[in-house]
Amino acid sequence: MPTRTVEFEVTRTAEAGLDFRPAQGPLAPIDLPEPTLDSESMLINVGPQHPATHGVLRLVLELDGETVVRCIPHIGYLHSSFEKLGEYRTWNQIIPLTDRMDYLAPLIYNCAFAMAVEKMMGVEVTERCKVTRVIMMEMDRIFSHLLWLGTWAIDVGAFTPFLYAFQQREKVYKLHEAYTGARITTSATRIGGMMADLPEGWAEGVREFANGLPATLDEIEHLLSHNGIHLARTQGVGAISGEDAINYGFSGPNLRASGVPYDVRKDRPYYDYESYDFEVPIGEHGDCYDRYMVRVEEMRQSLKILHQALDRLPGGPMNVDDQKVILPRKSELMSDMASMIHHFKLAMEGVQAPPGESYFPIEGSKGELGMYVVSDGGSKPVRWRVRPPSFINLSVIPKLVEGGFLADVIMVNASLDIVLGEIDR
Amino acid sequence: MTNDTSSGYRDAEPDVEHPTDSGHTLQLSDVGGLEGAHPSVVAARDRFSDAIVDHEVVSGDEHILHVRRDASLEVIRWLKEDPEHTYNYLSDVTAVDYGEGRPLQVVYQLFSIPFRRFLRVKVELPLESLEIESVVPLWQAANWLEREVYDMFGITFLNHPDLRRILMPDNYAEGHPLRKDFPLRGRFTRAEQTRRALARQPEDDYIPAEFDGTRRPQVVAWKETGGEAVPREVMQPMAPSPDQDS
Repeated sequence: MPTRTVEFEVTRTAEAGLDFRPAQGPLAPIDLPEPTLDSESMLINVGPQHPATHGVLRLVLELDGETVVRCIPHIGYLHSSFEKLGEYRTWNQIIPLTDRMDYLAPLIYNCAFAMAVEKMMGVEVTERCKVTRVIMMEMDRIFSHLLWLGTWAIDVGAFTPFLYAFQQREKVYKLHEAYTGARITTSATRIGGMMADLPEGWAEGVREFANGLPATLDEIEHLLSHNGIHLARTQGVGAISGEDAINYGFSGPNLRASGVPYDVRKDRPYYDYESYDFEVPIGEHGDCYDRYMVRVEEMRQSLKILHQALDRLPGGPMNVDDQKVILPRKSELMSDMASMIHHFKLAMEGVQAPPGESYFPIEGSKGELGMYVVSDGGSKPVRWRVRPPSFINLSVIPKLVEGGFLADVIMVNASLDIVLGEIDR
Repeated sequence: MTNDTSSGYRDAEPDVEHPTDSGHTLQLSDVGGLEGAHPSVVAARDRFSDAIVDHEVVSGDEHILHVRRDASLEVIRWLKEDPEHTYNYLSDVTAVDYGEGRPLQVVYQLFSIPFRRFLRVKVELPLESLEIESVVPLWQAANWLEREVYDMFGITFLNHPDLRRILMPDNYAEGHPLRKDFPLRGRFTRAEQTRRALARQPEDDYIPAEFDGTRRPQVVAWKETGGEAVPREVMQPMAPSPDQDS
């Protein structure tokens, strides 16, 4: 007896056209090219609007797979021609321009400019002013390093340190505001002194901040310094030797991370820095991790200076006793003829600087910050030049990233601690 | 500077030594004894007697060495490489334009990390030939610094590996902003500046070097009409940057 079921199924498959057997024999082989390891390189843009570039920096990267073959930085998106503007401003009017350059450490820039002009004019500021400026510069060094630390942690993939760092930064913002009325654009200095004497309780506020910071630093270090992901992404990445670092013009923590003990505070001391007890941390390998360690240690050293400066903050006048430089007090202005003339002259013409020039380098938060001022004897500069530390530090980035991986570009860029306002000026 | 003493305003200058008004020159070279304070200046004068034009001291302790243009690289190389001076750190390269047809000055701020010594070297360039040897062979740090001086002052650095604008756009046509003859608002009218800004193309933000090399970058542009990807070689070449000044 034939098996009906099988016959039925075969018939039905054929009728429905569901025969899967090849109609014309086996498939012809496809003509594939021989596989090689060569590939076309790819050109990509990082920035100018990208959070990891820390500003409007654009990097054109030529990639071979994930390896960076070539890196060409493009800057100038924030160019405001501050140096040209300065030639049309009186000496004191330039101070607001300086804090717009580095909005991460505005007081350092305010102080640096005032110091350069004072040196050119031969004005010796008072002891109280000197110590106040040291306090402000060290406070803003920490202020800038904290932002760097937070954004660095974000770039490595950790969000918590950013929040911890900004909690501390907020305290410095409040101190800025308590003294100058502004959180970022401080414009705190004047030629020959400061905008005002310190408000009551301000120094105690700084002390409170300085006392509270080490705990936060410990916490952040606890999260990062021995973190496996952090170590893997930063150790040996973007390394540069000390000799190259000098040749490429590195300065500040970046240079010291490569083992070169050059700190302007120690090598060309200003404002009695030689009398403060602090140490300059030096790295060994010149890689991203060393730059991280150097900056964190620098914050602790700055705290040391801060405490010493607060201890020695003397009384007495804040501004120089010279009515050709500093506006007379309001009470004198109303009662004394000479004061009124000086006030009029200062308000209408500005401070007069004798012909001459000065290059005044200080240790800014990013590196050697030099203010070069040239005067022809008027109330406006012939030339005002800022030696921009971030600008020169950034120019090294092609050397640091070429041959590395794309992901390392972000870490290298973060480790340089750049601020585009000052690079583009 | 005007010595207007009638108002009694300028009579008490700060106690610094600065020259009297003798035209534009701020010569302090004849101040006795100051030269001896800086060993590198003495040694440089001994060695390059005819290349050192002048020496001055400003702001108390800042020594400036004026060097003839044709010997600038030689003197700076010696300052860097001589073991007794070793100015191994180039702090800054910039320029100063005093205006009124005076020569431009190129200013090098040198620092010796081993000796903790500072020296400023100045080279004067006449306005009709703004050319000087680049110091990039000595310091890589000079690369961007000289590019900035070129961008802002129009000074050409000979043998610079990559001399192009850095802060201003590559095809910026108004000249060199930090020159004294450059008006604060620019050379073009506001309307022309706006027109040029609106006419900018994405290709203007790239430089030819980015498309050179053995590897062909996969760059495509979006053609608006057809809506299809066009390879780079079909695109128009970048407009050359016209330079009004030179």
